[in-house]
Amino acid sequence: MECKNKKEINRREFFKMMGAAGVASTGLAACSDKPTDTSMQEVPTGQMTYRTNPKTGDKISILGFGMMRLPSVGGRSAREGNEEIDQEMVNRMVDYALEHGVNYFDTSPAYCRGFSERSTGIALSRHPRESYFVATKLSNFAPSTWSREGSIEMYNNSMKELQVDYIDYMLLHSVGGGKDSMAEYRKRYVDNGILDFLLEEREAGRIRNLGFSYHGDVKIFDYLLSKHDEYKWDFVQIQMNYLDWRYAKQINPRNTDAEYLYNELAKRHIPVIIMEPLLGGRLSNVPDNIVAHLKQREPERSVASWAFRFAGTYPDVLTVLSGMTRMEHLQDNLRTYSPLKPLTEEELEFLQETATMMMQYETIPCNDCKYCMPCPYGIDIPAILLHYNKCLNEGNIISSREDDNYKKARRIYLVGYDRSVPKLRQANHCTGCNQCSPHCPQGIDIPKELHRIDDYIEKLKQETI
Amino acid sequence: MLRKIRLTLAVVCFLLVTLLFLDFTGTIHAWFGWLAKIQFLPALLALHVGVVIGLLLLTLLFGRVYCSVICPLGIFQDVISWISGKRKKKQYRFSYSPAISWLRYGVLVLFVILLVAGVNAIAALIAPYSSYGRIVSNLFAPLYQWGNNGLAYLAERVDSYAFYSVDVWMKSLSTFLIALITAVILFVLAWKNGRTYCNTICPVGTVLGFVSKFALFRPVIDTSKCTGCSLCSRKCKAACINFKEHTIDYSRCVTCMDCLDTCKHDAIHYQFAYRKAEPAPISEPAPTKPDNSRRGFLSAATLALTTATLNAQEKKVDGGLAVIVDKKIPKRATPIVPAGAISLRNFTQHCTACQLCVSVCPNEVLRPSTQLGSFMQPEMSYERGYCRPECVKCAEVCPAGAIHPITIADKSSIRIGHAVWIKENCIPLRDGQPCNNCARHCPSAAIQMVPSDPNDPESIKIPVVNEEKCIGCGACENLCPGRPFSALYVEGHENHSMM
Repeated sequence: MECKNKKEINRREFFKMMGAAGVASTGLAACSDKPTDTSMQEVPTGQMTYRTNPKTGDKISILGFGMMRLPSVGGRSAREGNEEIDQEMVNRMVDYALEHGVNYFDTSPAYCRGFSERSTGIALSRHPRESYFVATKLSNFAPSTWSREGSIEMYNNSMKELQVDYIDYMLLHSVGGGKDSMAEYRKRYVDNGILDFLLEEREAGRIRNLGFSYHGDVKIFDYLLSKHDEYKWDFVQIQMNYLDWRYAKQINPRNTDAEYLYNELAKRHIPVIIMEPLLGGRLSNVPDNIVAHLKQREPERSVASWAFRFAGTYPDVLTVLSGMTRMEHLQDNLRTYSPLKPLTEEELEFLQETATMMMQYETIPCNDCKYCMPCPYGIDIPAILLHYNKCLNEGNIISSREDDNYKKARRIYLVGYDRSVPKLRQANHCTGCNQCSPHCPQGIDIPKELHRIDDYIEKLKQETI
Repeated sequence: MLRKIRLTLAVVCFLLVTLLFLDFTGTIHAWFGWLAKIQFLPALLALHVGVVIGLLLLTLLFGRVYCSVICPLGIFQDVISWISGKRKKKQYRFSYSPAISWLRYGVLVLFVILLVAGVNAIAALIAPYSSYGRIVSNLFAPLYQWGNNGLAYLAERVDSYAFYSVDVWMKSLSTFLIALITAVILFVLAWKNGRTYCNTICPVGTVLGFVSKFALFRPVIDTSKCTGCSLCSRKCKAACINFKEHTIDYSRCVTCMDCLDTCKHDAIHYQFAYRKAEPAPISEPAPTKPDNSRRGFLSAATLALTTATLNAQEKKVDGGLAVIVDKKIPKRATPIVPAGAISLRNFTQHCTACQLCVSVCPNEVLRPSTQLGSFMQPEMSYERGYCRPECVKCAEVCPAGAIHPITIADKSSIRIGHAVWIKENCIPLRDGQPCNNCARHCPSAAIQMVPSDPNDPESIKIPVVNEEKCIGCGACENLCPGRPFSALYVEGHENHSMM
C-alpha cells in the first residue's frame, strides 16, 4: 500500500513537471517574434474573465467546472461502464483549472454513480478553502431520500464528502421534472419542510447562496420566480445554448426556450448559471457542414468555443458550467474564456442561423448526462442514443435500400453499434418499463426512442428497410 | 510432375475446406461450400447418389486420390508427417508393413452397424471429415477469431468498419476435448508413421480401399529396373510398398505419387495396369482410438454460474450500469434443431457432427450436444442469441442432409418448437414492472399481452403464447429480461411442421 502511494505521488509529481514544462515551452514560443505553429495552443494564465455575484461580491470565473462527467480510469469517460473515477486525473485537472483562474466547481450527490462529491472533495481540499467556490445540490432521485431526515442526511453528507463546513452555492436539484412537476416539487422540498431548512442554513451562513436548477415544466419556473420576494433566490441554474435559445420548445414541446428563461431572470437581476452550454457535446460534435460553417468564420477556434462564447456573452450570466472529461476540454475552454470575447450582434445572428441549420437534423436531444442511468435491466441508454445521433450526423441513417450508401451505412451502423454498446445492453433488451423517462432533463420519451431505434436495427438486419 | 499436381490440388482443397470452418462471415461458403458436400461420408448420409458414385468412379480410375486431395484430415496428416520428415535423418523413416485387415474390416463393420442403428454420434468419432471439422472449429477457430478480433480492435482505432469483433466461447467442453484428443492421436500417428489412421481405422479409407484395389491407373514397379534399394518403401507414408516382393498394396495406397519422384532408377510409374497386389496376411497391433470418456466430460461441462437474481434496483444516483446476470440454459424435454432438419430422427441419422453449422452460426445459437444419443451433434439454445429470421446459414452449409436447404421465406413458417411461459420468472409479476419485450420481438406475432387479472382490464399485462403461430425461434427466450432463467423458453418439436 505504501509502495503504491509512493508510486502515485511520483506520478503526480511527474505530471506536474510535465505540465510545467509544457506551459514553459509554449510560453517561450509565444515570446519569440518568429512565426510559430503553436500560437493557438497556448493556454493563457491570469486572463480569465470574472463575473461578480451582486449579493456576496464573489468574483466567479466565467468558466465553471462541472463535476458530472469526470474521467474514469483507463482514460475513457465514466460513461463506459462501472469503472472508478480517475482521481489522479481529477486532481490534475482541478489543479490546472485553479492555476488558470477557474474557481467555481459544481457537483451533486448523484453524479458519477454518487462518487463525484467525494472526488471533488479530495481534489479541492488540497487547496485553500477561500481559493474556490463549491456548488452542490439536494438531489431528488430516489423517493426514499425525500424524507426530511433523508434530505438532511444528504446535505450533511455533502459537507463531509466535500470536506467543507459551508457550501458556497446550494441548489434544489432539477426542479420541473416528473408528470406533475408542481406536486413533485411540493413533495420533495416543501411538504417535508426541507426548503425552510435550507433557508435557515442560509441564515446561519452554512449556505452562502441558495438557488435551484431547472428543467422541463415552465409552470414551476414561473411559480418559483413569483416567490422570489419570499425566498430571495441568489441564483438560478438553467440550460442555455444557441440551439435552445429559440428552439428548445420546438425540439420538445415540454421545454421552454432559453431566451425566455434568461430574460425572466435578468429582469429580476437574479444571477444565471448556465448548464449544458454544449449540450453534452452535441454542439461540438456536429455534422460536417456545420463544422465548415463555423470554422469558416474562425478557422483557428474550436467548434465548441462558439457555444461557450454564446453562453458567456449575456451579462447576467455568473458562470458557464462545462463537464470536462479530458484535459483538452479544459484547455480549449480556458482559451475561449481567457479572456471572453463577447459575441457581436452580427455573430449572435450568425449562431441563430447555425441553430436553424442544425434543426434540420433530427438528432435525439440526449446530452449524455446519465440521469436515466442505471437502467435496472442493464440497458446502456445514452450509448444507444449517441450511436444513433453519430450515424445521423454522419449521414449514415438510411431510409431505403435504394439509397446510394445503403451497404456502407448499414455496415457502419451495425458494426459500430456492437462496438459502442455491448450486445446485452442494446435497445432490443428494453422492456419499456419507462422507469428512465421521468429522470430525463431533456424530456426524451426514452422507451419510445429505444424501440424506434430497435425497429430500425431490425430492418437493417433483416434488410427489409 | 504428378506429385506436384497432387500437392497443389491438395493444398488448395485443404485451405479452402479449413476456411469453411474458420470463416464466420459466410463469404467463403458462397463459393466453396461444395467442397464440404463432396466429402464421402456426408454425401453418403445425404444420399447424394451422384457424388458417391462419382467418388467411387474416381477411385476406380485413379486410386485413392480422394484421400490425398479431397479429404482434409488426410492432408492434415500429410502436413504433420511432412514436418516430421524435415527432421534430420527422418526423411526416409517409413517401412513396409502388412495390412491389419482384421482391424480395418472390424472397424468398418462396427461403423456400418452404428450408422444403420442410427447411433451416428459414436460413429462420428472416427469419421474423417467430421473429425477434421471438430479439430478446426474447436482448436483453430478460436485462434482465427482472436486474430480477427485483434484486427477489429485496430480497425476500430482507425475508424474502419472492415473488421468486426466476434465472441470466442466454449461451445461444449466435451466436444472440445474429443477434438483435442483426436488431434493429439492423429498427430502422434502421423508424426511417426504417416497414414496409419487412414489405413487401419478410417472407414472411408477402407471402403475406398476395396475399390482402389482395382484402380485402372496406379503406380507400378518395373521389376526390370528396380534394384531393390528400398527407397520407395521408406518414403511411403502408407507403408504399402513391399520392395522385396516388388508389390504395392493398392487398397492402402493413397496415390500420393511420392514414390515416383523418390525412385532414382525410374522404376516406378503411374500407369494403366490391371494387376492385383498380393495382400500380406500377418499383422501387428496398431494403436486404437479411445472412443468414449464422455461421462467424465459431461460432468465437467456442467458449469456452475452465479445464482444472483436481478431485481429492479432503486435509482439513487446517476450513471453506471446495472449488473447483468448470465442466462442459464433451461432444461428442455426435447432438443431444438434448426429449421430444415425436418425431424429429430432425420437430423440425428444424417448428422456427422462435423460442426460446420456450429462454425457458421452467427447468432451463437448452435453448439454441440452433450446428450448421449446425439453426442456432438448440434443443438440449439437461446441464452446467447436467437435464431434470427434473416439467417439460413446452417441449412446452406450442411453437407450431410441433416439440415435441408430452406429459404428465408420458408424459415418464418417452419415450426421447430414452441415457447412455454414460466410465471415465476415473468418481470411484470415478479417486479411489478410493465414489460412486453417478448411480444414486441416475436417475429410470428404469436405472443400477445393480456391483463394478469382477467377481471381487471387495468391490471399489469402478461404474455400469452399462441402455440399454433409460434415457430420456436427463441427471440422471446433470448430477449426476456428474466435472468438467469427466462420467463419464456422454447421446447423443441420431434417433427418440424409447416405453418
